[in-house]
Amino acid sequence: MDLFRLKAHELHEKLIRREISAVEITRSVLQRADKAETLVHSFITRTQESALERAGAVDAKIAQGAEVSPLAGIPGALKDNMCTKGIKTTCASKILADFVPPYDATVTLKLAATDAVIVGKANMDEFAMGSSTENSGFFVTRNPWDTDRVPGGSSGGSGAAVAAGEAVWSLGSDTGGSIRLPAAYCGVVGMKPTYGRVSRYGLVAYASSLDQIGPFARDVRDCATVLEAISGYDRRDSTSIDVQVPQYTKNLAAGVKGLKVGLPREYFVSGMQPEVEAAIRASIDELVKQGAELTEVSMPHTEYALATYYLIATAEASSNLGRYDGVGFGHRGEGSDIISMYKRSRTEGFGEEVRRRIMLGTYSLSSGYYDAYYLKALKVRRLIQQDFDRAFEKVDVLIAPTAPTTAFKVGEKVDDPLAMYLMDVCAVPVNLAGVPALSLPCGFADGLPVGMQIIGPHLSEERILQTGFAFEQTHDYHKMMAPLQEVG
Amino acid sequence: MKINRKDVEHVALLSRLEFSEAELEKYTGQLDAILAYIDVLKQVDTEGVEPLAHVLDLKNVMRPDVVQPSLPRKTALLNAPEPENGFFKVPKIVE
Amino acid sequence: MQYGKVIGLEVHTELKTASKIFCGCTTEFGGEQNTHVCPVCLGLPGVLPVLNEKVLEFAVRTGLALNCKIAPYSKFDRKNYYYPDLPKNFQTSQYDLPICVGGYLDIEVNGETKRIGITRVHMEEDAGKLVHAGTISNSEYALVDYNRTGVPLLEIVSEPDIRTPEEAKAYLEKIKSILSYIDVSDCKMEEGSLRCDANISLRPLGQEKFGTKAEVKNVNSFKAVQRALEYEVERQTEILSEGGRIIQETRSWDDSRGITLSMRNKEQAEDYRYFPEPDLVPIVVDPVWVETICNNLPELPDARKKRIMTECGLSAYDAEVITATRAMADYYDEIVKAGAEAKIAANWLMGDVSKHLNSCVMDIRFCPVSPVNLAEMISLIEKGTISGKIAKSVFESMWNEGKTAGEIVKEQGLVQMSDAGELDGIVAAVMAANPQSVADFNAGKDRAIGFLVGQIMKQTKGRANPELVNRILKDKLTGK
Repeated sequence: MDLFRLKAHELHEKLIRREISAVEITRSVLQRADKAETLVHSFITRTQESALERAGAVDAKIAQGAEVSPLAGIPGALKDNMCTKGIKTTCASKILADFVPPYDATVTLKLAATDAVIVGKANMDEFAMGSSTENSGFFVTRNPWDTDRVPGGSSGGSGAAVAAGEAVWSLGSDTGGSIRLPAAYCGVVGMKPTYGRVSRYGLVAYASSLDQIGPFARDVRDCATVLEAISGYDRRDSTSIDVQVPQYTKNLAAGVKGLKVGLPREYFVSGMQPEVEAAIRASIDELVKQGAELTEVSMPHTEYALATYYLIATAEASSNLGRYDGVGFGHRGEGSDIISMYKRSRTEGFGEEVRRRIMLGTYSLSSGYYDAYYLKALKVRRLIQQDFDRAFEKVDVLIAPTAPTTAFKVGEKVDDPLAMYLMDVCAVPVNLAGVPALSLPCGFADGLPVGMQIIGPHLSEERILQTGFAFEQTHDYHKMMAPLQEVG
Repeated sequence: MKINRKDVEHVALLSRLEFSEAELEKYTGQLDAILAYIDVLKQVDTEGVEPLAHVLDLKNVMRPDVVQPSLPRKTALLNAPEPENGFFKVPKIVE
Repeated sequence: MQYGKVIGLEVHTELKTASKIFCGCTTEFGGEQNTHVCPVCLGLPGVLPVLNEKVLEFAVRTGLALNCKIAPYSKFDRKNYYYPDLPKNFQTSQYDLPICVGGYLDIEVNGETKRIGITRVHMEEDAGKLVHAGTISNSEYALVDYNRTGVPLLEIVSEPDIRTPEEAKAYLEKIKSILSYIDVSDCKMEEGSLRCDANISLRPLGQEKFGTKAEVKNVNSFKAVQRALEYEVERQTEILSEGGRIIQETRSWDDSRGITLSMRNKEQAEDYRYFPEPDLVPIVVDPVWVETICNNLPELPDARKKRIMTECGLSAYDAEVITATRAMADYYDEIVKAGAEAKIAANWLMGDVSKHLNSCVMDIRFCPVSPVNLAEMISLIEKGTISGKIAKSVFESMWNEGKTAGEIVKEQGLVQMSDAGELDGIVAAVMAANPQSVADFNAGKDRAIGFLVGQIMKQTKGRANPELVNRILKDKLTGK
């Protein structure tokens, strides 16, 4: 049997029963990736050697009768914007093509403590700016369900790797939908936790008040397992929440009887692919059969979320990316004086979309425009957060599409930035409010996966996961893997 | 027109980026379109609304004044494009 | 046309915390380049800042010592600009909601007290150091040392209430004094832990509206501030008298040439694009905590000066010198507590002690003569055991050998001779040995007495009690 097709919890069972070894699991996943990479291109860096070493160490531990964590020996990937000490961390940008961090991100350390096996650093849109992974400075990752299509972005590599069996789980980052969108397009489970739930220390910043790290997995239980491993207070992150992490896997089967589910009418946008809407509505019906109670809610400021997001995110990004200047690290361009050197380094190092967002962000913060743009956006942000607060007074969770369409073709939207931005319309309000949201497979449209979003109030990850789990029991989408026929 | 070429040139300078003629044209057009879309925010009445800079209600997050070990210099300079004698070397700063 | 001067000062002081403002690197001065750095202060991708609680405490302490209001709600902002000494190309500072606002301090110039307003005090991080091959203007490259990035700074901004370069110097001395009293900074301009930028404009006498100001940077001592301002007054006066306009710009002080030079190129549309720092959360101070800090403030320089004047009867000038730093004021208090007479103690402190400290460039905290020992020496003078003159060499020995006055006097046999009978004999002997001087005195040459006294002192190795010697000698000479 192909071990790479199994879930983490299934593998863990077999592992502790000594039916299989961690090395065998890792070999299976690595060999799958050896073949799949020719089509999917999920990884910027692969770390096969250290992966096998760690797997071996786990096997030794088990042989000695030691207890191991649920992720021990289970291969996963990290998006290449999470610092890994001694291993290149590029953010898919030429400006960091050779950057080797001298320190580990907190999530990297936390995963090491579980004895998880890391098989590589995943491709992404450069500096997490994009919705398709076409903005990577190196190459485009392909959607394993249809390699002519994008995997979504910006965590496209992380989503595709899991969908293709090149990793059992992975981590992505979500600033404006960058975990949830690839999860939907690639037919896997992806979650953005509450802002502050997972430490940002070591995550290369894009938009500081919006960025969050979260898991990709092939079912809700695995997603909960990874979330538990990476969550928690970190004194190195001033925006980290100091609240105990629940055992997310403990009560997954709580069910949805009596759960009040809100359907935000503004998320069912006109221009939504009809099959996508149909899949979502059919899924909602399933939840009702399980005992959920539906209410329609209104989030009146939803239509302003995209504009708000693009002002806040680009403003923060324009400042966060100021440090890439060729002085202390990263690509240095030719220049006889410092200003020419700055300009050359940054212009050569940054791709088009990154430069565009830096320009937009700088403009919105600049003298004369700050009030009309950035400050205005911060005010609308409060109104958007209040929309969520009001909705959650009436309901326990919200259900909506993750994206208005299924995965589009590579090249289809690259020349129209605005059209690309519109892919995030259902996703960005969640980041602006800082609330948690899960995307999980809920059907197909023309053979392509459709994702459904479950959104909850601050720190309601347990409830969201329970809802997702209950929904999962009504179908078999999580048992399916992208065919990747050419790979077999 | 929300943004013109001169604005774009000014913003490029502030961002330490340089653009060719063709790029300036293209970026000006694209930024203009984006800003036109963003104009939708003008419709929102934000009178008396406090800006939301932090989604969490955290305050006073601090650490004790305790010295921690610094990096060995070799490590600090590991990624330096032009290290020299323990310093980071940069081209001249024209005042 | 006469012009009035309007001056405002911005002082930056490095706080003497053990670690940096946003990371745990040491703030120690003078380490080998790039050995006090970590991913956070280097601004590497992915790092985040965490505020050092001591920085906030020092900021509040300083605000209170400067009579400011402590803001109930305060936050950090990013000031964005590109410069190689700034790793992130933004400085985390405070823009519109600083921690302290609306204070003042009093200065004394020419016997008059004047109140200078303080607009604000805020926290920010320091940048690194640039080393240039040659001078900044002709160097082909620069070398960057990030040890200093992230060292905590307080920026103290005065209202434009200062009217003369002398007032500016007095203001700076008072700031330094206060900061040293509350022990938040080393205040060493030569080490860069205290820096000053000055803003100056002129306006026709009688006009209320301020003129255009120029900002002067790169002044590295209080004297330089005064000189730079005096130069600016001349420069601006000349331009205005010729009908020209002052350009609002930043100028750099060239100490060797004694002039300011325009740094106008740097000004080029610098737009800092301030926005709230998203990686740090707001500060909401607890009024009870602020109250505690307030109650624990040490006696500040002005109050201490007044108290010393009242309790010890010192002049304003003497009190000012002694209370310039807390360490000296504390030293003085100890001498007096140990029993020494207040004025004599003041004279010794301002005289011999300070002279010795200055020649060794030593801080009074390291003075080898303890206040108690100095007090003992002073009491020996008061008791007449040694003369004032002998005391000077006793002090010298105390400084070099670390012994007490009593020990030295005993060892060197310096006890003053005050036995009239003993002295009588010596005086008689010297008179007998110098008949010519006696004759000269009797002939009306009063100065001859000086020679005789000198001989007596020589014979007694300076130990003879001068007043007694003079009396006995006079008596004998006049035949009493």
